[in-house]
Amino acid sequence: MVEAQKYFKFDWITIFLFFLLVGFGWLNIVSASHTGENIDFLDFSQRYGKQLMFIFFTIILIIILLAIEAKFYERFSSVIYIISMLSLVGLFIFGKNVNGATSWYGIGGMTFQPSEFAKAATALAVAKYISDLNTDIKRIKDQISVLAIVAIPAMLVLLQKDAGSTLVYGCFIFILYREGVSPAYLLITLSVIILSLFSIKFGVLGTSITIILIVLAHHFTRKRKPLLIQPISVVLISVSICYGVKYFFDNLLPAHQKDRITIWLSLEKDPEKLERMKKTIAYNLNESERAISSGGLTGKGFLEGTRTTGKFVPEQDTDYIFSTVGEEWGFVGSAFVVILFVLLLMRILHLAELQKSQFSRVYGYSVAAIIFMHFLINIGMVMGLIPTIGIPLPLFSYGGSSLWGFTILLFIFIKLDSERINQW
Amino acid sequence: MRQLLLFIIIGITGLTFIGRLFYLQIYSSGDQNLDDDNAIRKVIDYPKRGFIYDRNGKLLVDNQPSYDVMFIPREVKPLDTLEFCRLLKITKEDFINIYDKAYAYSPRLPSVFIPQLTKEDYAALQEKMRKFEGFYIQKRSLRHYQTTIGANVLGDIGEVNNAIIEKNPYYKMGDLIGKQGVEISYEDILRGVKGKKYIQKDRFNRDLGPYKNGIYDTLPKQGKDITITIDAKLQEYGELLMQHKRGGIVAIDPSSGEILLMVTAPSYNPNLLVGRARSKNFTKLYNDSIAKPLFDRGLKAQYPPGSPFKVLNALIGLQEKVVTTEDQFSCRMGYYLGSRRLTGCHAHGSPLSMNDGIAQSCNAYFANVYRRIIDKNGNPSEGMDIWSNHVKSFGLGNYLGYDLKIGNKGRIPDSDFYDTWYGENRWASTYNISNSIGQGEVETTPIQLANMMAAIANRGYYYTPHIIKKIEGQTIDKKFTTPNYTTIDKENFEPVVQGMFDVYNKGTASTLQVPGIEICGKTGTAENFMKINGVQTQLTDHSIFVAFAPKDNPKIALAVFVENGYWGSRFAGKIASLIIEKYIKGEITRTDLEDWILRYSLEHEYEKPYSGESFGINRNSTLEMVDEAEYQRLKEQLKKLSS
Repeated sequence: MVEAQKYFKFDWITIFLFFLLVGFGWLNIVSASHTGENIDFLDFSQRYGKQLMFIFFTIILIIILLAIEAKFYERFSSVIYIISMLSLVGLFIFGKNVNGATSWYGIGGMTFQPSEFAKAATALAVAKYISDLNTDIKRIKDQISVLAIVAIPAMLVLLQKDAGSTLVYGCFIFILYREGVSPAYLLITLSVIILSLFSIKFGVLGTSITIILIVLAHHFTRKRKPLLIQPISVVLISVSICYGVKYFFDNLLPAHQKDRITIWLSLEKDPEKLERMKKTIAYNLNESERAISSGGLTGKGFLEGTRTTGKFVPEQDTDYIFSTVGEEWGFVGSAFVVILFVLLLMRILHLAELQKSQFSRVYGYSVAAIIFMHFLINIGMVMGLIPTIGIPLPLFSYGGSSLWGFTILLFIFIKLDSERINQW
Repeated sequence: MRQLLLFIIIGITGLTFIGRLFYLQIYSSGDQNLDDDNAIRKVIDYPKRGFIYDRNGKLLVDNQPSYDVMFIPREVKPLDTLEFCRLLKITKEDFINIYDKAYAYSPRLPSVFIPQLTKEDYAALQEKMRKFEGFYIQKRSLRHYQTTIGANVLGDIGEVNNAIIEKNPYYKMGDLIGKQGVEISYEDILRGVKGKKYIQKDRFNRDLGPYKNGIYDTLPKQGKDITITIDAKLQEYGELLMQHKRGGIVAIDPSSGEILLMVTAPSYNPNLLVGRARSKNFTKLYNDSIAKPLFDRGLKAQYPPGSPFKVLNALIGLQEKVVTTEDQFSCRMGYYLGSRRLTGCHAHGSPLSMNDGIAQSCNAYFANVYRRIIDKNGNPSEGMDIWSNHVKSFGLGNYLGYDLKIGNKGRIPDSDFYDTWYGENRWASTYNISNSIGQGEVETTPIQLANMMAAIANRGYYYTPHIIKKIEGQTIDKKFTTPNYTTIDKENFEPVVQGMFDVYNKGTASTLQVPGIEICGKTGTAENFMKINGVQTQLTDHSIFVAFAPKDNPKIALAVFVENGYWGSRFAGKIASLIIEKYIKGEITRTDLEDWILRYSLEHEYEKPYSGESFGINRNSTLEMVDEAEYQRLKEQLKKLSS
């Protein structure tokens, strides 16, 4: 009786949303990857067939994850983290180069991407560290430790030319803020982002002058005037950030990333060059937007997308899967997917806030934040709202590593959450 | 606050995404229509354009393949440009120009490199084609004329212009459409309906196969063949007779309204307007503002008809009972009002009754008849309108409604016309007495005169003239098989027909008789003027002749109009007799007339206004012959024609 009760204490809403997304994702993978009129769902030489197999193993994986004692995850978080980091380091020696990134291990015919699992491991490690009784997150020392835990995988994947995954690790700033660090960190991060974009878009000089004016205005309208050193240092730091970012953008950033930002910020004024860019560097984005746009209100229907069938959008079953949704399911289907993600994220956040243990709460928060970063970057990129950054759409994109990585990430939390309920 | 931040950010992100989706998919949504979808290649299946046959089943126009050299700029590999240019007969600069233009349009899409190669050029190129990667040949269908005559009737096809594309979505850039003649009149029937295939392509523009297994594809509907009423042999004969002259001939079968021939001179070989050479040749023809080869004189030359119009006045006089066939009028070399001579006349016996009035073409006779018609009730306005209605019932003064797209209304005045000219009640029959003899304000076109002859030949009705005889699997417009009745009673025609018969028997065309055929005709001349250096200058009269034959059960009615040919029987009458004989007998016994017509040219007459020197007209002008070589050439052509 107690045993039976235990299983019903899983948060079935989250599980339902998970399967809805995985299932709908698979339908779109069928559309994006089928090659002919005859679709045999069990043809494992096709991507949709493989994905079906991945989904099948996901269910086994879920059963295992939920069967393991919740305490295990907390107790072995450091071990899991260390193993995960070693698997990332091992890529430098044994890694397989796919599309210029060395993010895969090749085992037989299968490939395996350790960075997809490193996110869950990092989340466990961060949760473990913060929830430690000796940790006071308001202390600089502990903040630096957390930063190190996050920075190690972030740097490793960056070295493997997977800039998208690095960005995801930026999401831990939300967790730190939630757990009590000063809002100044968030504000400074935001300011640096804004400064960077301004200096790239409007030039260093204009941005610097604007900063000086703002600081001066602020200084002279204050009632209690602080030492002059304060505004001066603000200006100096800001201006040097501007110059630094601009220099980085102009001279250090790899050409393809520079071009993506150029397109995004509409920096190219020469229409001929722009037209050429649309056919080369921005080809993916351009085709993706056109495919989404062509869906209209209700879409062309399952397997009816002409651009999807014609494979107009490269990488359409992985990073650009959302353009398939846009073309075949239209505004109604796309908005539905967006809403599903928002519901899932809010559900996870809600559950995280309900946790009694700080470990579970921090972990839950990390799960939400990581999935959110993927959601934000992927869909934002596919619709041209943010520059092109290669990153899969969780639960949707084709790929076993990605699917299993997110399954592990999410279901560890569901398991942790079930313990909360059981404690009652 | 710390708990809410991520919630809020997630919410805002969701809303932003939905907003963006709304913008992309609903606000600025694109290509949802299969035809606008550039993931689908639309392949147009062009139908065969219908053939054109003459009334005797002779094939006049069919199709010929033509070959466009196409290329995809991006796929062009380095090649031996020198050899390639030599084969296509272009320079290297042309090559670079065409290439750059197409590249700027699209490096990935096919463009036309050289359109419409001739068979010979194609044959030479085809062997070497594999050496030029990125180039390929696309077959198209062009018109092929089995004849060198009838350009004005057959017309031509050319690339559709933007104005039509905007109005009619059927047509797309580069489609061919009828531009002149029956090609434009029966465009819808000849062209058929294009078929369309939808082919799914991938992002490299490669074909993946029919879209949805071709369920949206349509098959082309072949164009229908048409048979036109023209007698090609007769047409060719007519064009030959009109060599070195300008003018028009229209002949109609009165029993059906079918146009048997429609000559305009000078004309051109319809093969000039085919394919690659079309635009160059068309411009040349278009710019010839002196000879105006594109101006169809048979349909458009609008002039006072002259004497042929007199027969109408005779008919109206009888119908209105203001004159009998016995009434005689005297002629003192003209018609006098008091001591003022209103119209002149030539030497003939006097006084004259109707028969002689027509046969001798007496001006004074018809001036009298005309005055009686107009002044019948003492009210010229009323008389004028009665007269005008009678005249218009013969198809004059308005478009005839035939199935060719060009023409002129002509002009038949009525009381309103003179009211605006002179003021109400401020004119009388003497003000427009010239109408009695077909001068003055009356104007007609040759086809209207031919139709008028058909109505007289039929003794009171005519069928709307038309060029279409048969459409494959379809009947022709009913208006062409319904008779239009004139306002003149049948019995009033006999004396007039007899008068026209006597024109040949003893009158102005007595030298033009054809043995064995009873021809009714009427000569005419039309004064004409031209502005030379701003001075209105009179030129030699136009020679006009109208006729129908045989007198009973007529088979042909026609009008001949020869610019500056002087009196009616001099050029037009001879040609009319020859055409009639050719049509009815199939061979010519009056070879003397034939020789004369081939021998004499009016080209010196046409050069006069441009010579810059003063010149004589009418009786002060002389006839000139073509040189012996040209005469022999024409004879040769004639021989070929009769064999």
